[in-house]
Amino acid sequence: MLVLILGISSIVFAQEKTIAFKGALIYPVVGKPIQKGVMLIQHGKIVSIGDESMPIPANAEIKDATGKVIMPGIVDTHSHLGGPQGGDNSNPIQPEARVMDAIDPTSDGFKKALAGGITTINVMPGSGHLMSGQTVYLKMREGKIIEDLLITNEKGVFGGLKMANGTNSIRNGNGYPGTRAKSASLIRELFIKAQAYKKQIEKAGKDSSKMPERDIRMEPLVEVLKGTRVVHFHTHKSNDILTVIRLSKEFGFKPVLHHLSEGWKVADEIAKAGLYCSLIIIDAPGGKLEAVNLTLETAAILDKSGVSFGFHTDDGVTDSRLFLRSAAMCIRAGLSKEKALEGLTIAGAKMLDLSSSVGSLEKGKDADFVLLSGDPFSVYTKVEQTWVEGVKRFDLSNPSDKAFLTGGFGVYSADRGEFHQHGNEEEIGD
Amino acid sequence: MKNISILFLLLISTVASAQIAIQAEMIYPVGASPIQNGVILIENGKIKKIGAAAEIKIPENYTIQTGKIATPGFIDARTVIGMSGVLNIAVDQDQLEKSSPIQPELRAIDAYNPYETLVSVARSYGVTTIHTGHGIGALVSGQTMIAKTKNGTTDQVTINPFCMLAMTIGPSVSEHFSSPGTKAKQVAMIRTELMKAQQYLKKMTTTDSNKLPDFDLKMDALSKLLKGEIKAVITANTAVDIMNAIRLAKAFNFKLVLDGAAEAYRLTNEIKAAKAEVILHATMARNEGDMLNMNRESAAILTAAGIPVSIESGYEGYVPKTRIVLLEAAVALANGLSFNDALASITINPAKVLGIDKKLGSLEIGKDADIVLFNGDPFEYTSQVTAVMIDGEWAFQKSN
Repeated sequence: MLVLILGISSIVFAQEKTIAFKGALIYPVVGKPIQKGVMLIQHGKIVSIGDESMPIPANAEIKDATGKVIMPGIVDTHSHLGGPQGGDNSNPIQPEARVMDAIDPTSDGFKKALAGGITTINVMPGSGHLMSGQTVYLKMREGKIIEDLLITNEKGVFGGLKMANGTNSIRNGNGYPGTRAKSASLIRELFIKAQAYKKQIEKAGKDSSKMPERDIRMEPLVEVLKGTRVVHFHTHKSNDILTVIRLSKEFGFKPVLHHLSEGWKVADEIAKAGLYCSLIIIDAPGGKLEAVNLTLETAAILDKSGVSFGFHTDDGVTDSRLFLRSAAMCIRAGLSKEKALEGLTIAGAKMLDLSSSVGSLEKGKDADFVLLSGDPFSVYTKVEQTWVEGVKRFDLSNPSDKAFLTGGFGVYSADRGEFHQHGNEEEIGD
Repeated sequence: MKNISILFLLLISTVASAQIAIQAEMIYPVGASPIQNGVILIENGKIKKIGAAAEIKIPENYTIQTGKIATPGFIDARTVIGMSGVLNIAVDQDQLEKSSPIQPELRAIDAYNPYETLVSVARSYGVTTIHTGHGIGALVSGQTMIAKTKNGTTDQVTINPFCMLAMTIGPSVSEHFSSPGTKAKQVAMIRTELMKAQQYLKKMTTTDSNKLPDFDLKMDALSKLLKGEIKAVITANTAVDIMNAIRLAKAFNFKLVLDGAAEAYRLTNEIKAAKAEVILHATMARNEGDMLNMNRESAAILTAAGIPVSIESGYEGYVPKTRIVLLEAAVALANGLSFNDALASITINPAKVLGIDKKLGSLEIGKDADIVLFNGDPFEYTSQVTAVMIDGEWAFQKSN
């Protein structure tokens, strides 16, 4: 199956001719910015990158990018574009639910991502569960079926597992927890069961007669325990963050912490646990109890404590078209420009185990990049082009693409799915 | 005891009448040319002088504050902060009373909390005046008010306790009430109530005191609208709902302020013909529901069509609990609105809609000393608000 997916993508998206981008200020992210840089791409990959002294093959198509800025395609580690319904209301724990079975790969919601310079997305099931299902890692390629968009990472999987704690998953009925302690105990019970299941598999070895019966609830958890599938953990309040750290230590998995409204309170503890943090950036606090103490300074505070962090949109909570702005708002609150750039690109790639192919502009990596009219963090700058694996997927000079940036009459469909219902109340994204 | 209180009063008045000079590398007064290396002299909470540093001598007893960029304090054209609290739980949500869809008698001043967290958050971004009060989601949800965002009791911070009647035409009304359930019913119910108010008003003009109708709080509030003493701010997003609002204003001859107005860009001629004013939704609002067709270029399109735009924070039911007009105007700027028009959309334009432009909305001699200082371009994402002055006193100063 995986081989098939990889096969399809390389056939469909082969880009034969070498294209040379010349004259732009290039932020490779890994490595220093290059004034008047040159980047060569072919077959959807970066062939070479360097300064103006770098030779350009005679047959290359040259694109003059003088005065422009080129940065890596942006990685969004937490989004709800495409209608990713995961588990339903029947059970607080549904690891077997896969959003790949729900997402519409042709959804115009993905146009929001491209208009914002985003090329790689972790699409998560919505929340309100302790475990709401399996996520998918998508490239913003053109596609008809979900396999056209999927990307398999370094660990051999194309998604993670979404978990949540705090008030998010506390509900009435259907076995849902009513308290935080109950939430943690339900998860501990589950992982103890998964440990036993994993042990049975290991014991059986190559003897198929001793293998336990297949259990689609246990299988993704075994991947988590083996460290191949990453848990993406929605957690806001400082006590809830510490609970995640406690669970991860007990069962030996390394979750990525998501949202972290109160991450600033426990920055040192997060640093000590060595966990990645994926932050949502919100202009003003409140709207739900977990988000009352959020601050724009969180990124700068985590950085000072030595925490590795990146950003996410949580689209529809924030808008993919304004993702660069999210990082810029952290600069406003004290973060360095370098860390802001990393947080949009290579940091997220690492969280998804995709940093060998995306997240920076380096020889051999995917030709995913954004062409900007100026500084990535200025209000006056526009995303002019977004390229995915050597294919131009967004072009501001094309009026129908521009419409997806601004919106307007009849531009977006009503059933995109990033604004979803859960439980009895409306929640957006999350 | 008497002496002590007099002394106390003197102390207060000394603070209030502090004389401050602001020196800035660039002052954007709004409505006048930017002033490079400018000075603003402030006395008794008002602007005493403003101009180039070379032309203004700072008197010796003035405290000098320097800043890079100075602008007028920002005016949020329509918000619910102070009414709809940060927690978003039942006990801190006073913007919408769901017992009945038409309640013009509900006063904002009876609910407004000047010390609500979100008021101080807005202040820290340079928002010094807010048009707040009852929210969206009822045909007539209640009254609105204008307040400064400084600390103080409601009486101390209020500029106008009854500014407009807050009305909504659109799907949010039918989400909150079993009836009206349709657009046609929404309009019919408003028309019925306004006709009653017309009758009430007619009866009130009688010279025979025996024939005077019983005083009616609801009718009294609606009468003020019919008499032109106040405006109606009607939230309407789709073209159909906007036209319904325009039709109502024409039929009952009241002053209309369109709010939200997501599809106003489709009706520029009709809006101009109706002489309706426009308070535009937050630029970063979500394009869902009746705002599906919102356009981030709306502010630019309306401005180009000759319709002055005021940008609001509006109402948010989730995260973030409020938006910030400075940041919303910045995104309008990123989508085609000029720097000057973006600044006007959160200063002089809302001041005019709210009827407070004689004392607010620009930096001019005699106007309130509501001033924001920045360390860079006010609209740059990465710029910081360094200080905020309200009525001549520092209401926010950035630490470090």
